Amino acid sequence: MELAIFLISALVAIAAAFLVVIQRNPIAAVMYLVTAFVAQAVLFIQLNAAFIAVLQIIVYAGAIMVLFLFVIMLLNLRREEYGKDIRLKFKPIVVALGIVLLVEAVVAIQAASMSAHGDGSLPEMFGSIQSVGKLLFTDYLYPFELTSVLLLVAVLGAVVMAKRKL
Amino acid sequence: MIPLEYYLAVASVIFVIGVTGVIIARNIIIIFMSIELMLNAGNLTLIAFSRSLSGMDGHIMVFMVMTVAAAEAAVGLAIIIALFRHRDSANIDEVNLLKW
Repeated sequence: MELAIFLISALVAIAAAFLVVIQRNPIAAVMYLVTAFVAQAVLFIQLNAAFIAVLQIIVYAGAIMVLFLFVIMLLNLRREEYGKDIRLKFKPIVVALGIVLLVEAVVAIQAASMSAHGDGSLPEMFGSIQSVGKLLFTDYLYPFELTSVLLLVAVLGAVVMAKRKL
Repeated sequence: MIPLEYYLAVASVIFVIGVTGVIIARNIIIIFMSIELMLNAGNLTLIAFSRSLSGMDGHIMVFMVMTVAAAEAAVGLAIIIALFRHRDSANIDEVNLLKW
């Protein structure tokens, strides 16, 4: 059962990711990307990361993807501006690069399986909001505060970039 | 419990799809979405290792990555809007001012 859920959500995530890349219509690509994110949220739940899974759906599939949709609708692309096709002159390079990257990943995974050996037992409340929040406000307080500065800079940058005249 | 390697394999496949998407796509918005895919593949490996090592630190890292992704999406989409205003196109091949 566990394995079946994993296989289904992994296949959905990979297929949706593939469809995002070969899609010409940006709206359809956003929808496939949302599908991929939801499938990944299922994987997160399987990994006992409930809070991160909820965050994935609310922040990624909700907020960021809606921002994408807003921008696509704002741009008001005409059909001919979707682009004729994917760049076919790069196809051999892309295939070669993809194979090289995958081989590299396989080698890395084999190395990882030798070094990572948890016994599978988990502390209580693993992945809950409580424990993530506790970590954020104790051990990782300084980086957590810095993210607020990062978001502030992003807000300022977005306004400066998108404004017609300052 | 599903082995760690399975999750790493899924994440690496999604990451490679993202990399090829950045190279292959013409539409700047699709390229941007491929970058999001790569960030997500990284998140999946972090969570998988976090589960395998029974530590919660990976969750905090994913939290930070999500913050960076949100900031990046805001700034990047603002850049796309500014670009569209100047070039009137979302095609990446027409943006060649700095190309030599």
